Amino acid sequence: MATTTVHRSARTRSDASAAGRVRAHSPYTNWFYLPAAVIYGVLFLVPTVIAFYFSLTRWSIFDSKFIGFDNYKTFFQEPALVSSLWHTLVYAVLTSGLKVVLGLGLAMLLTSQIIGRGYLRSVVFFPVLVSTIGVGLTFTVLMNPERGLINQSLDLVGISGPGWLTDPSLALISVGLVDVWKGVGLATLIYIAGIVSIPQEYFEAARVDGAGAWDNFRHIVLPLARPATVTVIILSLIGGLRSFDLIWAMTKGGPGFTSDVIASVIYKQYQAGFYGLSTAGNVVLFLVVTAIILPLSRFLNRKEVEL
Amino acid sequence: MRTRHIAITLLATASMALTACSAGSLGSSDDSGGDGKVTISFLYDNGSETAKIGDQLVKDFTAKNPNITIKTETRPQGTDGDNLIKTRLSTGDMSDVFMYNSGSLFQALAPEKNLAPLGDTENIGNLDKNFTTTVSSNGKIYGVPWGGFMAGAILYNKDVYAKLGLQIPKTWDDFMANNAQIKAGGVDPVIQTYGETWTSQLFILGDYANVNTADPQWAEKYTKNQAKYATTPAALAGFQHLQDVHDKGYENKDFASAKLTDGLRYLATGKGAQYPILSAMVSQLIADNPGSEDKVGLFPIPGTDAAQNKLTVWSPNGVYIPSSTTGAKLEAAKKFLAFIASTDGCNSQTTASTPTGPYAVKGCTVGDKVPQAVKDMQGFIDSGQSSLALEFLSPVKGPALEQICVEVGSGIRKADAAAKLYDEDVKKQAQQLGLEGW
Amino acid sequence: MPRKNFALSAVAILLSIVVFLVPFAFILLTAMKTRQEASLLDFSWPTQFRFVQNFIDVVQARDYMLIIAFINSTILTVASVTLMVVFGAMVAFTLQRKRSRWNGLINGFVLAGLIIPPAVVPTIWVLQKAGLFRTLPGLILVEIAFGLAFVILLFRAFIGTIPRELDEAAVIDGAGPARLFFRVILPLLKPVIVTSIVVQSVAVFNDFTNPLYFLPGDQNATVQLTLYNFSSQYNTQYNLLFMNILLITIPPLIMFLFFNRQIVAGMTSGAVKG
Repeated sequence: MATTTVHRSARTRSDASAAGRVRAHSPYTNWFYLPAAVIYGVLFLVPTVIAFYFSLTRWSIFDSKFIGFDNYKTFFQEPALVSSLWHTLVYAVLTSGLKVVLGLGLAMLLTSQIIGRGYLRSVVFFPVLVSTIGVGLTFTVLMNPERGLINQSLDLVGISGPGWLTDPSLALISVGLVDVWKGVGLATLIYIAGIVSIPQEYFEAARVDGAGAWDNFRHIVLPLARPATVTVIILSLIGGLRSFDLIWAMTKGGPGFTSDVIASVIYKQYQAGFYGLSTAGNVVLFLVVTAIILPLSRFLNRKEVEL
Repeated sequence: MRTRHIAITLLATASMALTACSAGSLGSSDDSGGDGKVTISFLYDNGSETAKIGDQLVKDFTAKNPNITIKTETRPQGTDGDNLIKTRLSTGDMSDVFMYNSGSLFQALAPEKNLAPLGDTENIGNLDKNFTTTVSSNGKIYGVPWGGFMAGAILYNKDVYAKLGLQIPKTWDDFMANNAQIKAGGVDPVIQTYGETWTSQLFILGDYANVNTADPQWAEKYTKNQAKYATTPAALAGFQHLQDVHDKGYENKDFASAKLTDGLRYLATGKGAQYPILSAMVSQLIADNPGSEDKVGLFPIPGTDAAQNKLTVWSPNGVYIPSSTTGAKLEAAKKFLAFIASTDGCNSQTTASTPTGPYAVKGCTVGDKVPQAVKDMQGFIDSGQSSLALEFLSPVKGPALEQICVEVGSGIRKADAAAKLYDEDVKKQAQQLGLEGW
Repeated sequence: MPRKNFALSAVAILLSIVVFLVPFAFILLTAMKTRQEASLLDFSWPTQFRFVQNFIDVVQARDYMLIIAFINSTILTVASVTLMVVFGAMVAFTLQRKRSRWNGLINGFVLAGLIIPPAVVPTIWVLQKAGLFRTLPGLILVEIAFGLAFVILLFRAFIGTIPRELDEAAVIDGAGPARLFFRVILPLLKPVIVTSIVVQSVAVFNDFTNPLYFLPGDQNATVQLTLYNFSSQYNTQYNLLFMNILLITIPPLIMFLFFNRQIVAGMTSGAVKG
């Protein structure tokens, strides 16, 4: 498929220049926006705008009263929120950092000459396909402090394992590790794609120069897999900042409030019926994500151009 | 290339056509036909005992009313369920009959707007006043009782008590003295199960009878924002008790991860001695641990005064009809509610699941084969040594109490800080309800 | 060709077994146990095999809810992913090719779709007004709306690599916009289509919150909601819970085996350049 494409495009290019630039109509039409625009506009933009209005009201689902920015004030006075902001950052940085490091390492491994490569690729990617709730339930059981497989295995070698999900200082990190377990496959895949697309000539030239594996990694893979790194960082940061499902399935923000993130605080306000407060929280989350992602992606992409 | 294009279009249209004809029901229709037959839907939570009771009620009712068919649906428990119910009510999409809490959670449904009043329904006059006040708004009754009254109290293993020669404690100091002996005897004195966070709240919620003893007007002041947990010693005591139990190491070792079923098992097997929990859990205790009905007793959460040893009581859940149910369905739904509010309804529930407290329908008895814990509870109710829980006396209840209690019971937060935090937490609820003085 | 590294291979395979296969083995083993044995939660060989019985129990639970859920989830996934991919590709194509002052705004909307968390209750109102609340077509449209942004991003990067001259040639051959797109461009997008299908099918099939709110009721259950029911209803019946997890993992597994080779190819050619 790929090769025919190249041939054909080469041929059409000469055809096109031979025929001159005859253009009766633009072949691009705004009608193509229509189906997506209707669905997206009606089911996403309209509700979002309505929600923004309701974030300025005290809204009990049955009626609402305009209260200005009180919800935002309350939200920032919410004791759980301040700590959850911090947790969100820790969680996002931890998970996306580990995904970058482990993803790159695994991708190097899985593109090298290694036995069982197909098996390894499959097994690393497979958790991506399993439902978050299923993964959460499974690991909650595995991480049970007394009866879970992890601590029982540690017991065998004489280590008394911690309460992974019940120790206040560990719960958030434990959930983050499970998130990495589930998500590293996608990062690895993106890196594999990035490494595979590096032209072999670079490696051959390096071999002629007598470069070792480390030099290859340092001077070829790392700089040339940069777009993959950018993609992994951006995707996993957005995912990490908004992450909710796994935390909810495993700890519900507990014990106490020690693994609460912004998204789970918002969800709790929603559950409690404070709909105005919860939509205000959504706006805050949106601003936080934008404030982090937008400059970061500008920065990362600019560096790429300079390269 | 052409075939691919057509294939995609076909796939899309075919799947749209498929979806148009079925959203998944395997065959049954739910329209009310012209021949007097009516089908109504009935929503309850997915607790294991709940389903047994719901199915039995439907079975016994439809046996007597062959023209009415009832389709049952389940919903999640806890706050997920609260949310689902509010969303469906506000969108006019509620099932024809549904089961839900009474008291403050019922008030949050805006009953006058969303529910059908039951004034003219048969058997409504038969209901216990203590119950009807918790399902009424502006003098109108909206619900009939599901199950019986329950207590928020301490379930204890009688064998452990007998073996160690302990007396039932009437004050908190007695209770702590017992705990010391129980621990010395190699048994976990107090069972806590934060694997299910709601179970953490009993030392606070179940202590309300003691608060009420100290100040009978407290609920009223609390609603008006004139009394606080943090500044009322009797109310703060609940948080303090939870902290004491943790500080003295009286909890079971796996308190942070154990679940309700674990807690009930520890209690039944004597691995743990005492479990502060809702008495309604007795039915699950017995279902999971056959033979435990006579081994487990109940006493109120003790306060400061041995002479004023009172039990904190929860009103039964209610069964309601949303205002979106009309016409023949409304008639059928009211008939069903009248059945639930009759002695036949009680008997039906007794058949399905062990009764866990006295029914709120006049003339209903729980029978004589009730578990020991229910007998103990009945004694307090019959002698008037009881008070309703705060959530039935005031609409103010904060959503984060369970997390706060987990923190206190795990030693993450101290009692006085926790009480302050909870006072902040309830503010949102009070403002949301538009109460005076907040 | 460099020699294969045996030591590294052995370490990698061993680690992969511990880290990735053991959790799945645990699910499988627990799904085969009796209720009492499963409740111990240990990693052991079952003394009694109850695989078939557990399977039947899970399938029959709540009046064959799982079967209904599988039908619903399949329809939902196929319909929404198909439309999402076609509509997303159309937008990405036009957005990439046609320069206009709206481009900035449209790009903004795409990014917003990726970042802004959806608002549940207003969405329900809109669906109700359209008569689509509690219907599968309604949920399909919701999934499309929430998934479009990601698909557009994937496609836009890839379409950038297709030479414009191709379009011009097609136009000279007399192709209109529809024919150009569906018969020239779309076939070339195969790798990125595969990637989008895999990623979005997994997202929709495993979606949990949207069905809970937009398609309530047991008759409308999707597979993730069966898990939810089981996890409270069978609080202690871990054997059935894990059997259920196992069963609902099969469709993604089949899709994975089916598309395994193409996934990396699709990533190589498009996604990374975003």
